[in-house]
Amino acid sequence: MSANTTNAVDIKNLSVEFRTDSGIVKALNNLDLSIAHGRTLGLVGETGAGKTTTGLSLLRLIPSPPGVITSGEIFLDGKDVLTMSEKEMQSLRGKYVAMIFQDPMTSLDPVMTVEDQIAEVIALHEEGTHQDAINHAREMLELVGIPGARGNEYPHQFSGGMKQRVVIAMALACNPKLLIADEPTTALDVTIQAQVLEMMKGLREKYDTSMLMITHDLGIVAEICDEVSIIYAGHVIEHGNLVDVFENTKHPYTEGLFNSLPNIEDRQAELKPIKGLMPDPTNLPEGCAFCDRCDYAKDICFKQKPARTWRNETHYVECHLYNEKNIGEKVIGR
Amino acid sequence: MSNAPLLEVKNLKKYFNTPRGLLHAVDDVTFTLERGKTLGVVGESGCGKSTTGRSILRLLEPTGGEVLFEGQDITKLSKEEMRAKRKDMQIIFQDPYSSINPRKTVGQIIADPLEINNIITDKTQKEKRVRELMEIVGLADRLYGTYPHELDGGRRQRIGIARALALEPKFIVCDEPVSALDVSIQAQILNLLNQLQKDMGLTYMFITHDLSVVNHFSDDIAVMYLGRLIEKAPAEELFANPTHPYTQALLSAIPIPQLHNRRERILLKGEITSPINPPKACRFAQRCPYATDRCRSEEPGLKEIKPGHFVACFLTDN
Repeated sequence: MSANTTNAVDIKNLSVEFRTDSGIVKALNNLDLSIAHGRTLGLVGETGAGKTTTGLSLLRLIPSPPGVITSGEIFLDGKDVLTMSEKEMQSLRGKYVAMIFQDPMTSLDPVMTVEDQIAEVIALHEEGTHQDAINHAREMLELVGIPGARGNEYPHQFSGGMKQRVVIAMALACNPKLLIADEPTTALDVTIQAQVLEMMKGLREKYDTSMLMITHDLGIVAEICDEVSIIYAGHVIEHGNLVDVFENTKHPYTEGLFNSLPNIEDRQAELKPIKGLMPDPTNLPEGCAFCDRCDYAKDICFKQKPARTWRNETHYVECHLYNEKNIGEKVIGR
Repeated sequence: MSNAPLLEVKNLKKYFNTPRGLLHAVDDVTFTLERGKTLGVVGESGCGKSTTGRSILRLLEPTGGEVLFEGQDITKLSKEEMRAKRKDMQIIFQDPYSSINPRKTVGQIIADPLEINNIITDKTQKEKRVRELMEIVGLADRLYGTYPHELDGGRRQRIGIARALALEPKFIVCDEPVSALDVSIQAQILNLLNQLQKDMGLTYMFITHDLSVVNHFSDDIAVMYLGRLIEKAPAEELFANPTHPYTQALLSAIPIPQLHNRRERILLKGEITSPINPPKACRFAQRCPYATDRCRSEEPGLKEIKPGHFVACFLTDN
């Protein structure tokens, strides 16, 4: 790789809101996120935390209206996405960055054969005849484990796992440097999920692709990611590599996520759910967004947003429980 | 009553006629469920787990077999008798968004079963009972007059639970009750179901595709594949000694949120084959790494290899 001065992705201080009739939904609030070349970042959070909005904003695909980017910068490979023309943006989409959408059942066109759908992406970005594009599309299908001859079939002739592989083949068709995978296996059964994850790992190594893995499943993060950002109410509240976040969990919300999962090795262990619900994104609290649900909340948590505390060079947390002196040793119960 | 199991299912079959042939959704499923216990039923989409649950309640008419509830074969009951029986047998549905009527208030939804079965006719009494049920499932009293669209998935699922509890059933089929919920909310609902079981002595059939949930929740676990029950054992035994090759692959495929003690993954090739006109063979044979000629020409029956541990696989013969 050339000098790694730029990251594959750098999002700085991004805020996105949706201006709706029933109020302003603050979807992202000063979100920071970066992915180095060739690395995979897991973005973990619950429904409504802003995971998909983050993915869409990287492609500048936030529906507008009602979506508005109110502040912040987005860099893809050092290039400022927000100042690009629509034409420049189009040449980037599918070529430098591609997205795998959550639901393979609805992200394919039901009246087009799968090879035509994949060839469409290729024709947009590469020279060559239609037949070249079709041939390339069939190669892509083979790559994801579908016989190329089945390319002239329609999506309804494939099972859910195969449709998801078609979507992955389409995303990888132009060999993107960055892949955004939005819950790519949520709609699949576990044994099929295992196949798809294994395949994605292989392809990532082969092409040295950087990846943003959007998921709610910490098990998948442990499986495939290098780093993880925990997102809550549109803001990253804890970030680190896997050892940092899984074994030196700092934020009470991250702790709560782990405690909510049934432990497969200890079936007697009691589930400790996080009390309450996500705050209303049209009316976020003044202080820490998690304060109402937090068992450790102090007065200051309700009044002031916590600053970032670094535990080491890779791991930070935004929580009033920690300061530079205690971050090393302070442990909350798990 | 007697010590007989609450529920005995014998050779339950449910076939659907399709243009391409007979779809064997549930094929010869047999199990018993003791009072106050939980049977977890796991399998992938299309394996027949929901159809099994619904056939037991006769929400779908079984094609064959017997369902003995407290010793009585309910498949022989008339429509009227069955309706009365359903007071004892309730269901909680998967999708809290489509399983409750959006045009009724929370209070009305929970009161419905009380009205339909003429349990309470007095208006004030009924309201009192509904509010009681809301308290049991942890719904705030002020939500009595709200509509479902004003509530989140976790609260809606609580409505579904309160509705199922209204008739004080003995047995509840929980059909993927937490799959549509976020993990933190999922844990709240699982804890609630656990508590209700302890307080009311409920018996659950817990249908899910999530193996870590089923392990947490069940006394016994039954694994289904393409309409067949292929393995059944106490939860601990099943996780310690999974015997059917499909169960082994299924358990190994669970992503575990841990960095150490990662288990070896068994990757299956191919996908579930069609349940339409299945061949006379082990239905897993096409994906099974150990399949022999016998597996492709004969169908294995369920055998008890250890007390309480049943497996349908020819490998256990040696």
